[in-house]
Amino acid sequence: MENGFQILEHTADVGLMATGSDLKQAFAAAAAGLFSIIAQSRQIETRDCHHIEVKAEDADSLLVGWLNEFIYLFDARHLLFKRFDITEITPTSLVAEAWGEPVDPSRHHIKMGVKAATYHTLKVEREFGGYRLQVLFDV
Amino acid sequence: MAKWDGPLGRIDDYRWEIPRSYKEGMRVPGLIYSDEEMLGHILNEQALEQVANVAFLPGIVGRSLAMPDIHWGYGFAIGGVAATRADDGVISPGGVGYDINCGVRLLRSDLHRDEVLPHIRKLMDQLFADIPSGVGVSGRIRVDNRELSKVMVNGARWAVERGYGEADDLEMLEEGGAMKGADHDGVSRRARERGAPQLGTLGSGNHFIEIAAVSDIYEPEVARVLGIDREGQVVVLIHSGSRGLGHQVCEDNLRVMEKAVKKYDIRLPDRQLACAPFTSPEGQDYFGAMAAAANYAWANRQAMTHWVRQALAKAMGRSTRDLGLRLVYDVAHNIAKVEEHTVGDSPTRVVVHRKGATRAFPPGHHEIPLRYRMVGQPVLIPGDMGRYSYLLTGTEAAMKESWGSTCHGAGRMQSRSAAKRAMKGQDIAAMLEKKGITVRASSRSGMAEEASEAYKDVAQVVEVVRCAGISRKVMRSRPLGVIKG
Repeated sequence: MENGFQILEHTADVGLMATGSDLKQAFAAAAAGLFSIIAQSRQIETRDCHHIEVKAEDADSLLVGWLNEFIYLFDARHLLFKRFDITEITPTSLVAEAWGEPVDPSRHHIKMGVKAATYHTLKVEREFGGYRLQVLFDV
Repeated sequence: MAKWDGPLGRIDDYRWEIPRSYKEGMRVPGLIYSDEEMLGHILNEQALEQVANVAFLPGIVGRSLAMPDIHWGYGFAIGGVAATRADDGVISPGGVGYDINCGVRLLRSDLHRDEVLPHIRKLMDQLFADIPSGVGVSGRIRVDNRELSKVMVNGARWAVERGYGEADDLEMLEEGGAMKGADHDGVSRRARERGAPQLGTLGSGNHFIEIAAVSDIYEPEVARVLGIDREGQVVVLIHSGSRGLGHQVCEDNLRVMEKAVKKYDIRLPDRQLACAPFTSPEGQDYFGAMAAAANYAWANRQAMTHWVRQALAKAMGRSTRDLGLRLVYDVAHNIAKVEEHTVGDSPTRVVVHRKGATRAFPPGHHEIPLRYRMVGQPVLIPGDMGRYSYLLTGTEAAMKESWGSTCHGAGRMQSRSAAKRAMKGQDIAAMLEKKGITVRASSRSGMAEEASEAYKDVAQVVEVVRCAGISRKVMRSRPLGVIKG
């Protein structure tokens, strides 16, 4: 698994599995995976920093909320991200700084639009040596 | 992926049943429209588990339905239909999906294939230039917040009043292009922020605009009523939805529904089926916001219709009046509606969820435009970009058995990456060009994902709904040119 995430096959949608030695790392890997679906990650530069706070009912919703935050930022504000520094995380809230830049059509190849992260087959699991997350995107 | 191995009883050649006894908590059985061959594909994934899960929804009546183009979605399968009692049943955003009022519009013209073919490249270039498509592309329409609220209340009429299209167009739209009860106040700032710049854009994924020619007419008299008179007649299909606005409305409300499930103590086998009683504040808020998003989608397709007319006129060197580009109909295939149906023996108000399914009302129904009332509601079924699309009509059997619903398209068979792998190294545009189809696309990889091979044959899907009696086949068209987002 490269960079802590892997894209999963699904008939109509696109799935993602992400792992990390702790929840921070796993959540960061999931966000990196999302942007690898939307764009070519290597083309994204870490020029600007964006402060992000997410609150949710539980860890599952937190993951969906975290990823949907980025889907909104890309769809409404055309922002791409590459580095994710999660400073605080509990099962119901997180604070992070995400680094990236606005879309520049001359440098960025946009591969796919993502409508939303869904709850379908969603997993936030503790496994030996860390966490494993699974999420399905509606594309 | 694991094969589904639950119990399935054969009712006849085109109907299969999942018994209520399959899972404790199912309130009704499941009913799948399929022939034996297609059932093989359907069983390869977990779509039928989702049909069984939908049967848990409080207030569900009849059966949890699956159309032959069903495939595994989130919560509801795509191709799923369920009706819940409006009085004491639930409404579920997962039964509509993220792309609220994703739908199809069909235009007929006075043009013949032979007149258009010499100009087809120029025409597709013109359409591609005039209609914004692809990911992250902004539209040509500028709306502020107040204006966007009007879009969400007035739908297609808003677009016509702004000069996009003609007043006559509005008569030929499901709901007249504006669902009542739309609550623009219930649409979040984020949804508005996503939706405002995307008004008048096609989008990406499987959305498209297709110039096609009539290849087969199965029922000439019905076809004539719907404006289809001859083989070779040029028609236009537009497939698009409510863009980021609808996606955000769905997401915002799913979060509310998560809490509602606990509040109203609703037991569900899948979180993505989150729902609330239809009459509850949460249920009504979602329904109002969903209607607002649906109206946005009708305005969106209306604006694109206007540009299609202009592009055709320009490329053909004719006036728009000369082209006879009139609306045949416009259907939503991701939506929830309050309708009156017969449950048991009594007329009952139900919330019909159609997720990847089309309304198919029978001849005589009062919601069908007067001009079409004798023949039944037109149903538009797009196929994949390399094959053909269909025009059907609704039937009395659909009204009795499937809440006046039928299939919506071909239905995916291969995942996007599997399709890309299968197509690797092949130039899809060149392959289609050989078949006489000119394609303009924003993304090359997106084209491979949408290749014919990734889909079921829509002819087979349509044959199942015809044989099952829930639709009549009127016309088939073959593409001449396609714009892909």
